[in-house]
Amino acid sequence: MESYDMEKTLWATLRRASRRQPPFVPSLILSALVFAAIFSPYLAPHDPTEGDITRKSIPPVWMERGTWEHPLGTDRFGRDVLSRIIYGTRISLAVSLIAIGVAGTVGTTVGLVSGYRGGVTDAVLMRLTDIGLSLPTILIAVVLVAVSEPSFRNVILVIALLLWPRFARQVRGETLAIKEQDFVALAVVAGRSSLWIISRHIFPNVVPTLLVICTLQVGYVILLEGSLSFLGVGVPPPNPAWGLMIADGRGFLATAWWISLFPGLAMLLTVLAVNLMGDWLRDRLDPKLRQI
Amino acid sequence: MQEASPLLVVEDLRTYFFTRRGIIKAVDGISFTLNAGETLALVGESGSGKSVTCLSLVRLVPEPAGRIVGGRVLFEGEDLLRKSPAEMRRVRGKQIAMVLQDPMTSLNPALTIGTQVTEVVRLHQGLRGSSLRTRVLEALRRLRIPGAEARLQHYPHQLSGGMRQRVSSAIAMSCMPRLLIADEPTTSLDVTIQAQYLELLKEVQAQTGVAIILVTHDFGIVAANADRVAVMYAGRIVELGSTLHVFNSPSHPYTQALLQCLPSVELKRPHLVEIGGQPPDLASLPPGCPFAARCAKRQPICDEEYPPAVAIEAGHVAHCWVAAAVEA
Repeated sequence: MESYDMEKTLWATLRRASRRQPPFVPSLILSALVFAAIFSPYLAPHDPTEGDITRKSIPPVWMERGTWEHPLGTDRFGRDVLSRIIYGTRISLAVSLIAIGVAGTVGTTVGLVSGYRGGVTDAVLMRLTDIGLSLPTILIAVVLVAVSEPSFRNVILVIALLLWPRFARQVRGETLAIKEQDFVALAVVAGRSSLWIISRHIFPNVVPTLLVICTLQVGYVILLEGSLSFLGVGVPPPNPAWGLMIADGRGFLATAWWISLFPGLAMLLTVLAVNLMGDWLRDRLDPKLRQI
Repeated sequence: MQEASPLLVVEDLRTYFFTRRGIIKAVDGISFTLNAGETLALVGESGSGKSVTCLSLVRLVPEPAGRIVGGRVLFEGEDLLRKSPAEMRRVRGKQIAMVLQDPMTSLNPALTIGTQVTEVVRLHQGLRGSSLRTRVLEALRRLRIPGAEARLQHYPHQLSGGMRQRVSSAIAMSCMPRLLIADEPTTSLDVTIQAQYLELLKEVQAQTGVAIILVTHDFGIVAANADRVAVMYAGRIVELGSTLHVFNSPSHPYTQALLQCLPSVELKRPHLVEIGGQPPDLASLPPGCPFAARCAKRQPICDEEYPPAVAIEAGHVAHCWVAAAVEA
């Protein structure tokens, strides 16, 4: 009897402890990705943009004709697939982080001001947000980038433009709830200006939600950038963006399937890992959120 | 305790809420004065206008629905209702402070206690560095918060309700305001903590000479803590006087009924006394006395005209036709 109880407690404690840690596999994958992004030049066996045309379309190592020099094969320009995937982490992570940074800043500001001020300001800003949310994503992205030309800057701007309304809407909702709390009224009674209250009282309470939104958006943005690059309106060639790589291999799915498959897998794993981390983060922060 | 001039003079204050249902007269012409160092209790049931009065004094009535439509609020001789928003910001916190009912939401959960107290002190006193910290600790110790130094690093969720209320009050008192408006500060606390807190408040008042407006629905608290009391009903003050006078000779039927409702150990009553009926709809108040419908002593004139202030004794008035007849 006694040992059963002790076991139960031990098991419960372990379970509780493991919930405090981030999930193992996703963290591993994400760490590997970040590591690859930072140390690409040391990890990649070959240059990602220079290809040896004499070595084009070599299959992965475990197949006939495969070689350890190109473990995941080469594409039709003779570029090493593995190296391109490794360098591709930089593009995916950089584009998504910067785009989310920009969209987050703009969206949070709009949400805070809109929620706190209310009235006409709120009405105007929310109509803008509604318009932003109703835009057909890919269509607008294609049109915008077709009008300008594909570049890193444009891709980031387009994604940020499409993303900020999501932040605005969430943050506004949080602001409305926080604004009703007594400590905000007391801050007004203490003589604080609106700007101070928004930045020092409301914003810190919005941060947990913001963190969760950001994490959950990373997966979406990576996919979006991948789609844009695939369509030719994202990151310009010869950059080793995963979307571009998938597009490159599109015509050879039957014969040289590795050109599209591996970057596709990389994207899948990345987005999956990021989403699982985001879920964990949300669950972790939730009880604290409820304390407000 | 007669001061040269009172700290706060409220004259015919009216705050209405404009809604689709009609105009809700939350505060409909109240007048009272408050001297420095005095405690005035505002008593009344829910919806009587106590909290809206407090909000009106610091001009925090939620707009655009609510608006102060008339009257004067003379604080140290200056009409607060005529001040610009910038001027009001300077008055608030430094001269007038507030403590609210719910200690759970009175403090920002994302900031440490130290940060919250420091901010207020820094804003109004313009101190820096070690003198700032000294003043902050002083503010906390004034409310007898144990281990003040350690508490600076704590977050609100690490404190109990009673302690949070003390911290809120420390913040309110940190800049030594002349007036403290306490809107049901003990309603959310359990009884022993309530008593502790109110004792503490009295101590702080003795030390700093702050005047207190204490909003409550508990006559026990009034008896123990207030110098004067104003009984509110349907947005008006129906009786106003020193606590002693009002308790000994309540002259308005509402006050009389309220005092009768208090369960008593000495008088053996078989049933609890209640006041039948409901408070009136503030959007459609009758022309006469708003209490008439529930009043045991109702007269025909009570339905027609609002009763004037009747002087019962020095500093004690009641708005009642029946009392007028008695005094005549």
